[in-house]
Amino acid sequence: MTAISDRRQLAYVASQAAEARVNLELETEGMTLNIGPQHPATHGTLRIVAQLDGEQVIQAEPIMGYMHRGYEKLTEVRTYPQVTTLVNRIDWLGSFANEVPFILACEQLMDIEAPPRAQHIRTILHEMARMAHVTLFLGDLGVQLGAITPVFYAFRDREHILNQIESATGGRFHPNFDRIGGVKDDLPAGWIAESKQAVRKIRDFCNTIEDLLFGNEIFQARTRGIGVIPADIGLSYGLSGANIRASGVDWDLRRDNPNGLAYDKVDWKVWTHPDGDSFARSWVRLQEVREACNIVEQLLDTLPKGPIMAKVPRIIKVPEGEAYVSTENPLGEMGYYVVSKGGLTPFRVKIRTASFNNMSITPWVLKGTYVPDVITILASLYFILGDIDR
Amino acid sequence: MSPSLVDQMLSTPLFAIELGWAEWLAKVLGVLAVVILPAGGTVYLYLFKMVSFMQSRLGPMEAGPYGSMQLLAEVGKNLQKEDIFPAKADRTVFAFAPYVVLASTFLLAAVIPFGPEAGFASLDTGNFDSTQFDGVGVFFALAVSSISVIGILMAGWGSASKYSLMGGLRAAGQLIAYELPLVLAVVGVVIQAGTLSLQGIVYSQINGEIFGFGGIGLPYILTQFVGFFIFMIAVQAELAQTPFDMPIAESELVTGYLTEYTGFRFLVFFIAEFASAAVFAFLASVLFLGGWAIPPFVMDILGIDEFSNWFNLIGPAVMATKMLLLTFVVYWVRFTFPRFREDQLQRFAWKILIPLSLVNIFVTGVLKVAF
Repeated sequence: MTAISDRRQLAYVASQAAEARVNLELETEGMTLNIGPQHPATHGTLRIVAQLDGEQVIQAEPIMGYMHRGYEKLTEVRTYPQVTTLVNRIDWLGSFANEVPFILACEQLMDIEAPPRAQHIRTILHEMARMAHVTLFLGDLGVQLGAITPVFYAFRDREHILNQIESATGGRFHPNFDRIGGVKDDLPAGWIAESKQAVRKIRDFCNTIEDLLFGNEIFQARTRGIGVIPADIGLSYGLSGANIRASGVDWDLRRDNPNGLAYDKVDWKVWTHPDGDSFARSWVRLQEVREACNIVEQLLDTLPKGPIMAKVPRIIKVPEGEAYVSTENPLGEMGYYVVSKGGLTPFRVKIRTASFNNMSITPWVLKGTYVPDVITILASLYFILGDIDR
Repeated sequence: MSPSLVDQMLSTPLFAIELGWAEWLAKVLGVLAVVILPAGGTVYLYLFKMVSFMQSRLGPMEAGPYGSMQLLAEVGKNLQKEDIFPAKADRTVFAFAPYVVLASTFLLAAVIPFGPEAGFASLDTGNFDSTQFDGVGVFFALAVSSISVIGILMAGWGSASKYSLMGGLRAAGQLIAYELPLVLAVVGVVIQAGTLSLQGIVYSQINGEIFGFGGIGLPYILTQFVGFFIFMIAVQAELAQTPFDMPIAESELVTGYLTEYTGFRFLVFFIAEFASAAVFAFLASVLFLGGWAIPPFVMDILGIDEFSNWFNLIGPAVMATKMLLLTFVVYWVRFTFPRFREDQLQRFAWKILIPLSLVNIFVTGVLKVAF
């Protein structure tokens, strides 16, 4: 893996040196292109400053922080149950998944375990958040590459999942449903059957997208071999989630560390891809939506009876200590490092979001690519602005 | 261009001012109708409605029955918008660019025959009885269709925006690359028809025979199917429609050379884009689908021949039908495929389409001599 990246870098350096000589003779100079903060490809306020030579990127630097909302600081003036309202907004497409690691960290500090039914419901909603999240990615990928039709299918079929999340939690985008010790409510009547239908819709959507996009020769020509991230480089930049699994690293927190969630009770598979290019990242995500459908269907069938809340005090005070809990969110590893001094509010919360690390590899991976590939790579790395800036 | 060709062009009615003002006015209004109506029709039918049905939505429904007045609303919206010149724009170039693009469309529409005598400037010097035509219609049409490149380059350069500049340069490279397969694909038709006159090509399709059977004439799509596919692919690229819309590339270059345009100038660009789609479809139906003619056996049933005055009436309708058929394909492809990267589409033009069209010309030439 190292050899490949070294050769790639050396080839790039050599080509740059050759071109620099030509440029000196011709007295041409590069162009600085500001991709963002307002730009259709960044779906948010990400800014990428790219030094261009013609259409080739010599150097690219992501500039983050245009949407910094200070959630880490804000959590210090919120009580523990109030924090879920804030962290919902970090990765706004998979909101429920943001709450889970924070609640798990608090439960770990308080030494509480949620009852099995609550764990199942958490896992179901966590996977539904993944479905809602990644279906939109699959549609958006088409838009970034110029095919505008898939995104409408994505919005249409994602709707079924959002309806299920809404009917269970009352919140469409920001469920605010997870509680320390369990979940807020039990599932409404008829929810299980409806969810199964919604999951079937998502499966159909995956098949449609596979036919429409992944089988398309132009799509493959645009994504295969573009933005290759070798496993060692990816690991050294802290990539997580589908981005690192697409580089062939078999690493999934759902399987490796399923504390407080019911992933160990179902039969499922972690998908990896050896290539590490944009196609691999997209393909792994497609398979993960299908795997999420598998997980949800099995969990719906095996939903245990019983309470949905453990015994927790009315006023929640977390005992002194610190805990780091991370889960496999739709974008990758999301973790909360919670430090408590025993009060009503956290003393300090550090939020580790996936997109921030996934974005940090852009200077490396964008070097030497062409401007259209910048968009492909950004789309396939898949970031949410709120998840970068928090 | 040889001097004789220039003389020929100058002696044709488009350039020799011998018409009365009323006739001129009628022709100008006619060209306007031929450009604006198909543009509006295809935009409503395909861009608003067909694509909506493809994407499981309804499209515009509020303005008029089934949203049919939506176009007027769009025009009104664009006319109300602020007319912005970027601070560092080259104002003259920036202002003129959309009209250059539109002019290319008008000039192209002017030579397309819609019936035996229903046309604006046929550039033909033949007489209808002999069906032997001398003319330069094809030559002129392919020449003026390239003028739009200049307008797009003007827009890209004049906007003083990096995105526009990149879009303009990509467009120039792409349009020049796809001009060649476009021309070479038509050469096969010209060889087979033995004339450069568009009217002559229509007549030779009517009078053609398939192994002695003249019932449907000989639409050149049957013999020049390779040319037809190359032509349609090149048209798709000339129009910068997906999968060849790298110059626009709204997800990376914002909208390429259109980025800085607002209001009326944007509207002109918009009309030019969809009008040229329609006009290229007219050209393709003349070259490959028999133009304004209906199959000869239908003519026999109706008791008319190809010189009948009726064709000046039904010819435009036949052409409109064929145009809608071809633009349907254009937009169908547009809304289905992702886009090529510009180096890929250049490679596609130079390494696949151009050699293929050269082979097509060679085979056509050999068969023309053999039969």
